[in-house]
Amino acid sequence: MLMESPRKDYMIMAIFTAVVLTMPLWTAPFGASYPDLLQKFAIYGIFAVGFNLLFGLTGYLSFGHAAFLGVGSYAAVWSFKLLSMNVLPAIVFAILIAALFAVLIGFVSLRRSGIYFSILTLALAQMSYNMAYSVLTPITNGETGLQLEHGDPRVLDFAFGAEETAGLPSTNLFGLEMSGWPGFYFCAVVLILAFFLSLRIFKSPFGLKLRAIKSNQNRMMYTGYNTRPHLLLVFVISGMYAGLAGSLLAVTDPLAGAERMQWTASGEVVLMTILGGAGTLVGPLLGAGLIKYFENIFSAINEGVLHSAFSFLPDFLNDFLTFIVAPFVGEGWHLTLGALFMAVVIFLPGGIMEGIRRLTGLAKRTASHRGGKGSARTGGPAHSAEG
Amino acid sequence: MSDTFHFTRRGLLKTSAFAGAALATPHLFTRNAFAQGNAFRNDPSNKSTVTLGFNVPQTGAYADEGADELRAYQLAVKHINGEGDGGMLNTMKPLALQGNGILGKKVDYVTGDTQTKSDAARAAAKRMIEKDGVIMFSGGSSSGVAIAQQSLAQEMGVVFMAGLTHSNDTTGKDKRRYGFRHFFNAYMSGAALGPVLKERMGTDRRAYHLTADYTWGWTQEESIKNTTEALGWETVNAVRTPLGAGDFSQYITPVLNSGADVLILNHYGKDMVNSLTQAVQFGLRDKQVNGKDFQIVVPLYSRLMAQGAGENVQGIVGSTNWHWSLEDEGSKAFTKSFGQEYGFPPSQAAHTCYVQTLLYADAVERAGTFYPPEVIKALEDFEFDGTGNGPTLYRGADHQCFKEVLVVEGNDNPSSQFDLLKVVKQVPREQVMYDPSIFGGELGPYEV
Repeated sequence: MLMESPRKDYMIMAIFTAVVLTMPLWTAPFGASYPDLLQKFAIYGIFAVGFNLLFGLTGYLSFGHAAFLGVGSYAAVWSFKLLSMNVLPAIVFAILIAALFAVLIGFVSLRRSGIYFSILTLALAQMSYNMAYSVLTPITNGETGLQLEHGDPRVLDFAFGAEETAGLPSTNLFGLEMSGWPGFYFCAVVLILAFFLSLRIFKSPFGLKLRAIKSNQNRMMYTGYNTRPHLLLVFVISGMYAGLAGSLLAVTDPLAGAERMQWTASGEVVLMTILGGAGTLVGPLLGAGLIKYFENIFSAINEGVLHSAFSFLPDFLNDFLTFIVAPFVGEGWHLTLGALFMAVVIFLPGGIMEGIRRLTGLAKRTASHRGGKGSARTGGPAHSAEG
Repeated sequence: MSDTFHFTRRGLLKTSAFAGAALATPHLFTRNAFAQGNAFRNDPSNKSTVTLGFNVPQTGAYADEGADELRAYQLAVKHINGEGDGGMLNTMKPLALQGNGILGKKVDYVTGDTQTKSDAARAAAKRMIEKDGVIMFSGGSSSGVAIAQQSLAQEMGVVFMAGLTHSNDTTGKDKRRYGFRHFFNAYMSGAALGPVLKERMGTDRRAYHLTADYTWGWTQEESIKNTTEALGWETVNAVRTPLGAGDFSQYITPVLNSGADVLILNHYGKDMVNSLTQAVQFGLRDKQVNGKDFQIVVPLYSRLMAQGAGENVQGIVGSTNWHWSLEDEGSKAFTKSFGQEYGFPPSQAAHTCYVQTLLYADAVERAGTFYPPEVIKALEDFEFDGTGNGPTLYRGADHQCFKEVLVVEGNDNPSSQFDLLKVVKQVPREQVMYDPSIFGGELGPYEV
């Protein structure tokens, strides 16, 4: 299962690339085809893929990953302010700072495992959030968030002959503006690269060692491996992914706020990963997409929208259905998401990916039954309903 | 599966790259088109309706205020479309709106949830702008969120009418050409409260500040300090409390032994409800310090907060933007139509959001176009009356409204659960005006 042929990897990457780049087409029927949401899909996809490297492979549940996301954003915005509006220095700078931060936090919290590790990361991240919100205001601009301003030095830009414009400058990749659709395609390409790297890590000997740590760390140590360097390395890589995601948030929208580091943001990526399927390659991406979709589209459905959606029905039915559905959309989007999360955890502990696996398994079995002996079909579906 | 489909990796990469480029091309040119002529983002000229975006906190600590704001927006849309009793459309002067929508187009709206977070607010606002095609968006309940949205407005070239935001920065150092604020600010709170504090508490007082530890708290602390120190008061201490602390007892105990005789609570929302309730429970108000009665001041008051704090607000002074019990024509008309629609009186958050929507619609009507730079020029230095705060000026230099500010106090004998505040004084606008240059900042260009 693990050591598959490179040919299959290429197939996965080809399909993945096609699916990501055609997102504006196939998300249109769901009302999700606009640049900002697709950018968020890609960015939080990167965040979740990185988180999954740590949680999915080693089983170490970090509850403070949003800290790296926030640090990446702040670093990127500072790069825009001090160096250049070009996005490449910002991304590099953000990844480096996030890595440094991850080394510090990882070094402290990886001394413990299990729940203690989770609590340590949570505490350190929440500490970062509170400091960014108040004490570190000179660096983070507190509640208001770090923004571009007139009179920022932007040393590199001015050295290459850029002129001060009347409005604020926008982020660019050698002249190509990074807002709107170009911004999405840029994030999509980065997502594809990040996904490829994660695929390689999953299939590498390093990935295998991490899985061994997950299954039994003691046994791993008895065989002579020092597990801590491996753990620290994957923790830092995972933090760098989060830093990359944070920098992309700043690239598409040059503003960094402290809420990005709050524990709710850390919890969100845990939800994304578990909802999609921890330890699977594509699962975290599905989870990230689903949560962002709920947050942006479901939260916008108000009673007026419902009334017009049910307008083909007779009035009393229309009112009745609106009355029933209204608490679950609009301001109630948290409720629907919570119910969905509970359903997934209870019935599909492996996340959406497990659901997909069961469905394909069911389809295959039905197909083979139909080909072979049609009389034994009753056994299949009943069995999978129990499982 | 792989037996039936024979696609190579190279072929697929190529195809998808082309597909991607093809999808991107039409979008690459749209932004530049904005600067030329009068083509602008989300131009509704060819449509029969015009869409506005209302972005309010529907979840989180300020959800109550957000819900009230949303009610006010819905009411404003009704009135602009000529439904209902017209509300302030009957009292606002001058008024170009005719009750047939904006420039003859029916008004539609979309809503979003800011969650009182800058990121979520900007994401929701971008959804409205990029997907729903709104020509203006509005909302708020926190200054950080309002500032984040108004800089987005400047980037996108879509007007933002701020809802409830009280920090000096919104129209001070973070002001933007595309952002407008009708609500008052911390500076005006200080200027309005000054004389009342002097009259009630004298000039020889020792003040102790508890301040919510973020931008809004700091600007309010600074403004109130400036006012009280000008009266001759001494500031004993100013302690910062984390936002959403819940338990303030560890901050209130030191007040008892500090020698201070006035406690100033620079808190808002649930923080204010909690800190005030605890301060009263600790018996601060029954104390005598330096031979004077101990006093508590809440610079920014709201009826929704007073409802939360209950009896504890009795006799406590503060300032507010508007109150439903005002007796002028505009306030009465608004309170009446809001009450008929929803069964209870509107909050100050609802009032400011309602007025902002009318002001935007009216400015478009006067400009005769939806083209944002013209609409902005129509709003700048606009003088109007009949919206509940007396004669009002939308100052062009910083996009701040100047109008009467109310000093209120907690009612000793409330006649209903809504009658918790009584208006002590309507401070005329001349007294709260200031020079726009004191806060710095730059509005930026009309065309983006």
